[in-house]
Amino acid sequence: MSENAIRAQELVKTFPKGVRALDGVSFEVAAGSVFGLVGPNGAGKSTTVKILTTLSRPDSGAAEVAGIDALRHPDKVRRAIGCVAQKSGVDVQATGRENLLLQGRLYGMGGGELERRVDTMLERFGLADAARRVTRTYSGGMQRKLDVAIGLIHSPRVLFLDEPTTGLDPEARADMWTEIERLAGEEGLTILLTTHYLEEADRLAARVAIVDRGRIVAQGTPDALKSELHGDAVHLELDAAETNGRVTAALAHIGDVRDVTVEDGRLLHARADNGARAVPVMLQALEAQGVPVVSVTVARPSLDDVYLKYTGRRFEEADRAEVTR
Amino acid sequence: MTALRHTVFLTIRQVRNFLRQPWYVVLSLAQPIIYLLLFGALFKKVVEIPGFTTNSYITFLTPGIVVMSAMFAGGWSGMGVIDDLNRGVMDRLLVAPTSRGAIMLGRVTPQVLTILIQTAIIVGLALLVGGRFAGGPAGAAVLIVVSALLSIGVASLSNGVALLLRKEESVIAAVNLMLLPLLFLSSAFLQQNLAPQWIQDFARYNPANWAITAGRTALMNGASSSGVMSNTLYLVVFAVVCTWLATRAFRSYQRSV
Repeated sequence: MSENAIRAQELVKTFPKGVRALDGVSFEVAAGSVFGLVGPNGAGKSTTVKILTTLSRPDSGAAEVAGIDALRHPDKVRRAIGCVAQKSGVDVQATGRENLLLQGRLYGMGGGELERRVDTMLERFGLADAARRVTRTYSGGMQRKLDVAIGLIHSPRVLFLDEPTTGLDPEARADMWTEIERLAGEEGLTILLTTHYLEEADRLAARVAIVDRGRIVAQGTPDALKSELHGDAVHLELDAAETNGRVTAALAHIGDVRDVTVEDGRLLHARADNGARAVPVMLQALEAQGVPVVSVTVARPSLDDVYLKYTGRRFEEADRAEVTR
Repeated sequence: MTALRHTVFLTIRQVRNFLRQPWYVVLSLAQPIIYLLLFGALFKKVVEIPGFTTNSYITFLTPGIVVMSAMFAGGWSGMGVIDDLNRGVMDRLLVAPTSRGAIMLGRVTPQVLTILIQTAIIVGLALLVGGRFAGGPAGAAVLIVVSALLSIGVASLSNGVALLLRKEESVIAAVNLMLLPLLFLSSAFLQQNLAPQWIQDFARYNPANWAITAGRTALMNGASSSGVMSNTLYLVVFAVVCTWLATRAFRSYQRSV
C-alpha cells in the first residue's frame, strides 16, 4: 500500500445541466490520518466523496483509494472502504441489527464472526438496547451512529464521513465528535471527513482542504492555515453607522493594526499581531474621532478567517447563498 | 456465486419489510379477489356471445385476473426503488460491493412469492364460485410461471424507469400509460377472436397476452397444450432482456450523481 491512502488528481465533474461541480480538485491523504474537506453547501465536497467511493465517475482526473485505482477497479475499492454518505442510508423498516447484518453479508461476512461483529458495533455505538427496534423509531443522532456502524462493519481501511454531524442537535454532535476522535486513534484507519462546520474540521482533522466552487483554495494543517493570517482578529461594533473614511483614518496610524474593513457601516474588522494590546489604543483613537464603540471582541484566528482570506466571502454568507440558490 | 447470495439477502429484506406492513399485505392479497368478483359479475353474460367457447365466465376470467395482478405488482416495483433512492439505501448498496443484478432481482423475486400466494387464493376462490379447470395443478403451475416471468420483466422496466427518472409521479404515469393498454389489448376479459382485428394483431406482440394465452390454455386444457411452450419461451426472453436493461440503468444513474 502506498503512503497515501487517498489521492485525488485534477478531478473534474460537470453535471448534465452544465453545472461544473468540480473544477480540478487535487489532494492527498496520508494513511492513518484524518483529513477534512471543508466548504459551504454546494462547494463540491459530496461530489468528491461520491467519486472517491466509486458511486460517481469524474469527467476527467484520477482517483486512487487504498492504493487502488478507483476508476479502473471500483469493485476492489468498494471492498477496502466504508462510507457514511451525507444522506443516511439506514433502511428504516429494518431494525438496527438487521441493517448491520445485511451490510456485513454484502461484504461476504457471515456466521458467528458476523454476529459477534454486529454485537460489538451495537455495543460500541450505544445502540445495543435499541438493536431490535425498527430504525424508523430512532432519533436522528441514533440513525447517524448506526450509519457509522454500518460503514465500519467490515473493518475498512479507509472511512469516508460525508457531513456526519449535519442536522444533529448539539448533544448528538458532541457525541459524534467523541466517536470520530476515537476512530481516528484506531490503528491504520484513514478518515476523510467533509463538513461545513469549520470548528468541526479544526477539532477533528490533522489536515484540511478548503473547497470553494469546485476548487481547493487552501490546504494544510489547521494551525498552519491560521498562522498564515498573521495575528488576531479584532471586531468592534460601532454605536452608529459610520462613514468609512473617518474610522479608517483614525486607525490608519496605529502600530500593527491592519486589514481594516467596515461591514454595513457598523461592524469594524481588523487584524493585529496582539489583539489585546491593540484594543485600548484603537478605542482611544476612535473616541478621539467621536466614534462611540458598543462592543469589542478579540478572537484568535479561525478557519472562518482563512476562508474569508482565500475566497473574499465570509463562510456563513457563502453557505446561506448556496442554500437559497 | 455472489450475485445469487446477494439476491437471497435482498429478497429476505424485501419480504421482511413487506410483512411488517400488515395492512398492505391484506390489501394486496384482497385486491385481486375484488377484481375477480367484480369483473366476473359485470361480464357474466359475455359467455352468451355467439362464438364464445367457454361456458363459465369465471373459468375464463381467472387466469386473466392472475396475470393482471402479477403485471401490476411488477409495475409498482419501481416505487420501492424510488423509496430506496430517497432514503439513501440505494447509494449505500451501490457503494458496497453489492451485485448490481442482485439489487434488481432482490426486488423482483419477492413478487414471485406474492404471485404464488395470490394465484392460490384467486384459483381457490374461483373454484368456490363455480370455476372449473381441466388443466389441474400442472396447469396452475404453468399459470404461476408465466405470471412470474411477466412480472419480472415489467418490474425490471419499472425499476429502470425509477432509476432514470427518480420521481414517484413518473413511475405512476408510466405504469398507467403502459400497463392499462397492454391489459385491454389482450384476451384478459374477452376471447381474442371476438375482438377487432387490429387488437388481435397487436396482441401477438403483447407480453401480457403471451402470459394470459399460455396460462389460460394450461389451466383450462392442460400444461402440454399447444401454444403454452412457445408463449412461455417468449416470456423468458422478455424477462431476461428487461432485467438486463434495468441493470444497465445503474450506469446511467451513477453517471448522473
